[in-house]
Amino acid sequence: MAVCLRTSRAIINCLQSKVGLLSMISQSSCWSSLTHHCEPTFSSLRAQNVRDPDANFCDKATLYSSRRFESVKAEKQFNSPDEVDHYQILDFPGGKVAFTSEMRFISESPVERAHCYRVLDNDGQLILRSKFKKVSEEMAIKMYSDMVTLQTMDAFFYEAQRQGRISFYATTIGEEAINIASAAALTFDDLVFPQYREPGVLLWRGFTLKEFANQCFGNKADNGKGRQMPIHYGSNKHNYFTVAATIATQLPHAVGAAYSLKMDRRNACVITYFGDGGTSEGDFHAALNLAAVREVPVIFLCRNNGWAISTPTTDQFRSDGVVVKGRGYGIRSIRVDGNDALAIYSSVHAAREMAISEQRPILIEALTYRVGHHSTSDDSTKYRPVDEIEWWRSARDPVARFRKWIESNGWWCSEAESELRNNVKTQLLQAIQEAEKVEKSPLAELFTDVYDVPPLNLSEQEKLLRETIRRHPQDYPQDVPI
Amino acid sequence: MLGVIRRKIGAGGSSLLTSGWSFQSRPAVSAWRSYSSAAKEMTVRDALNSALDEEMSADPKVFLMGEEVGEYQGAYKISKGLLEKYGPERVLDTPITEAGFTGIGVGAAYYGLRPVVEFMTFNFSMQAIDHIINSAAKSNYMSAGQISVPIVFRGPNGAAAGVGAQHSHCFAAWFASCPGLKVLAPYSSEDARGLLKAAIRDPDPVVFLENELLYGESFPVSAESLDSSFCLPIGKAKIEREGKDVTITAFSKMVGYALKAAEILTKEGISAEVINLRSIRPLDRSTINASVRKTNRLVTVEEGFPQHGVGAEICTSIVEESFGYLDAPVERIAGADVPMPYAANLERLAVPQVEDIVRAAKRACYRSVPLAAVA
Repeated sequence: MAVCLRTSRAIINCLQSKVGLLSMISQSSCWSSLTHHCEPTFSSLRAQNVRDPDANFCDKATLYSSRRFESVKAEKQFNSPDEVDHYQILDFPGGKVAFTSEMRFISESPVERAHCYRVLDNDGQLILRSKFKKVSEEMAIKMYSDMVTLQTMDAFFYEAQRQGRISFYATTIGEEAINIASAAALTFDDLVFPQYREPGVLLWRGFTLKEFANQCFGNKADNGKGRQMPIHYGSNKHNYFTVAATIATQLPHAVGAAYSLKMDRRNACVITYFGDGGTSEGDFHAALNLAAVREVPVIFLCRNNGWAISTPTTDQFRSDGVVVKGRGYGIRSIRVDGNDALAIYSSVHAAREMAISEQRPILIEALTYRVGHHSTSDDSTKYRPVDEIEWWRSARDPVARFRKWIESNGWWCSEAESELRNNVKTQLLQAIQEAEKVEKSPLAELFTDVYDVPPLNLSEQEKLLRETIRRHPQDYPQDVPI
Repeated sequence: MLGVIRRKIGAGGSSLLTSGWSFQSRPAVSAWRSYSSAAKEMTVRDALNSALDEEMSADPKVFLMGEEVGEYQGAYKISKGLLEKYGPERVLDTPITEAGFTGIGVGAAYYGLRPVVEFMTFNFSMQAIDHIINSAAKSNYMSAGQISVPIVFRGPNGAAAGVGAQHSHCFAAWFASCPGLKVLAPYSSEDARGLLKAAIRDPDPVVFLENELLYGESFPVSAESLDSSFCLPIGKAKIEREGKDVTITAFSKMVGYALKAAEILTKEGISAEVINLRSIRPLDRSTINASVRKTNRLVTVEEGFPQHGVGAEICTSIVEESFGYLDAPVERIAGADVPMPYAANLERLAVPQVEDIVRAAKRACYRSVPLAAVA
C-alpha cells in the first residue's frame, strides 16, 4: 500500500516537473539542442517508475524510440546508446575527445591505491626480483655513514635546544633515507630547493658539522651571517638554496631555476622537496602546472610523512595521497617507500635521467613517517599516540633497515658501527662546543645585503647607531662585537 | 619616432594642424631642415617597449613573462613585437597564476636569469605579494648575500578610468615600506625609458609602477634619452619646474596634474616648485628637503590612499630634518579613503584633481580662507 502511494506520488511529482518542459519541447521546432538532456515522455516515465520508483532517469531505449517517432531531424543524431559514439568525435579546444552516451562520473577514489615501489623488505633484505639501480660498496657505506651522522646530529642539536643553548631545532628522524639516498642519486651540479627537513642533502654534499653548528648558533662563522633561525641552512657552493620558512614557495622557485637550466641546455636538473602539507598551498598547484606546460627538468619530491604539525593527511587532502595529483597536471609520477634507501636511490636516479633527457618534470611521493615532533616548539604526543611514534622509530627505522642490507652484503659489521657512531659523537660535541664560543656577527652585518650596494639611509643609520652605542655603552650587550 | 613621422606628414601646410602636433606656425621647409635638433616625441608605451627591446637585445638573460605578453602583444600592448623578435623562450605567455609565475620568475632570478614579470595590473600582484616580499625582497639579506634577485616587477598601478575598486588601487606605499625592494614610478617617456632600463640592469628586485592612462600620452624626448645606453639613476628625483614659494611633490600621473596646478598658481602670483619623485624607494630625501628649505612650504600629492601613504613618509622626513624651515603645516593631497567607486562622477571625486592641488598650495601659502578639516 505504502509502495503504491509512493509510486503514484513519485509519478505525479515527476510529471509536474516535466509538464512544463514537454510543452516547451512540443513548441520547439529544433530537437538537436536537447540531444544530451534526458527528457522523458509520459509513457516511458510511467513505465520507469513502476519498475523502480526511486529512479529519476528514463530508460534510454524508450526515450530514443519515442524521439525517432516524433521527429525526423533527431534521428541523425542518435546511434546505439550502448556504444561509445565513435561517429561523434569532435575537436574541442584541447584536442580530440570521443563522446560516450553513458553518463559515467570518474570515481573520486581509485579501486586500488597507487602501488608503492620498494626494493628492501622490512628486514633490509632484497625483495625477490626487485628492480633497482645497483649501488657500489663505497657508495652504500657513504650513504649509511651519512644517515647515521644525520640521525646523531639531530639527537645532539635537539638536546642542545632543550638545554637552552640554541633557540630552535627541527629533526629529520625517520626521513634519513629520503634525505641521503635522494642526494646520492644526484650530481653536485643539480640544484636543490629544500623545504626545511632536508639537511641530509646538504650533509651529503659536504656541509660540515661545524658549518651546521655555526648556523644553529648564528655566530660570526655562519655563512648566513646570523640572519635566520636555526636549521635555515643555505650554501651556494653546494647548490643548496637557503631554506625559507614559507611553505611550498620553493616549488615555483625550483621551476624557474629549472627553466634557467633548460635555457642554458645544462646537463643538470633541479630537485625540490616538500611535505604532504605543502601540497595544499597554491604554489604547489602553480609550480606543477607550469613545470608541465614549460617542460622543465625538475624533480618534485614529496615527503609524505603523515603529519603537518598536528594535521594528519586525512585533514590535508582527500585524494589517494600526492602521487595521483601528478596526472592532474600531466606529470609522470611514482609512489615510493620513503624508508627504503635503495628504492629512493633508484627512483630519484631514474627521475633525474628522464627529467634531463626528456626535459620534463617528475613527481615522486615518498611515503614515510615523521618520527620526531614537528620542531622543538611542538609536542606531538598531544595529538598522536606515543606507541605509534615508538613503533615507527624502532620497527621502521630506515637507518637500521639499510644497515641490515649492507651487513648482509658483508660491507659492514658491529665494529665499524661503534667506530662510526663514536667518531660522529666526538665530532658533534666538538663542533657544538666550538660554535657556542664563537662570537656573534658584528654590527655592520645588520645593514649589509639589504641591497646589492648599501643605500645612503642605511649607511646613515649605521653611523647613528655607532654614535649612540659609543655614548651609551651600558645600554648595549658587552659581548656583541661592534 | 612617431614624432618624426608626424612631422613628415605635416610638412605640407594645413595638415600640420590635423596631425595634432602643437607647433606654432613654422614653414614646412624649415621643419624638415631642423629635424635633427628639434625635440622628438614618444608615447610612454613606445618608451617602455623600446626600453624592453633594447635591454633584451643587449643581455640574453633578460626575458619577459606575464599574462598576454606574447601573442596578444601585451594586455596594454607594451610588449608589442617582442615575441616575434625574441621568440617564445624569452617572451613567455603564462597561465593565470600570479603566485605561480612570480615564484617562477624569482626562481629564475635566483639562478642567474633576469626576468621582467608583468602584472596585468598591480592589483593582481596581491596574489603574488608573498613571492615579491618574502622570496624576492628578503632573499639577499636572509641568505647573507648568496642569493641575489635581479628581477623587475612591472605593470600599471593606481587609478585608471572607470575600472572600479579592484582595478584602481595604488600600491606605491605598500611596496615602498619593504626593505630590500626598490620602487620606481615614472611619469614621462624619458622617465619610462631611463628608469626601466635602470631597473632591468639593477641587481636588486625592483617594483616598477606604470600608469595605464599615461601609456598613450606623448612627451618630448631628447636625443640622449633615445640612445640604447641611456639610464636614469635610481633614487634621484627630478625638479620638473623650479619655484620659490611652495614645493609640490608628486609621482606618476599626478606630476602632470601638479604641473597644471603650478601653471594656475603662477597666475595668482604663487611660484610652485614641482618635484617628480621618480623613485619612491629609495626616496630622494635630500632633493625634497633642499627644496622645502628653499620654499618653506610643502604639498604632497598622490593618487593612493592617505593613511600610511607616500605623502606621510615625505612629511615625516621634512619634520625630522627640516622642521625649523617650515612656515606652514604640510598639506597632503591623496585619494579619498574609500574603495574606488565606478560611476564617473564619484570616481572624479575620489581621485585628486588639479583644483585640489591648487587649493592646497594656497592654504600652505595662507592665500585662501582656511577650509574645515576633512575627516
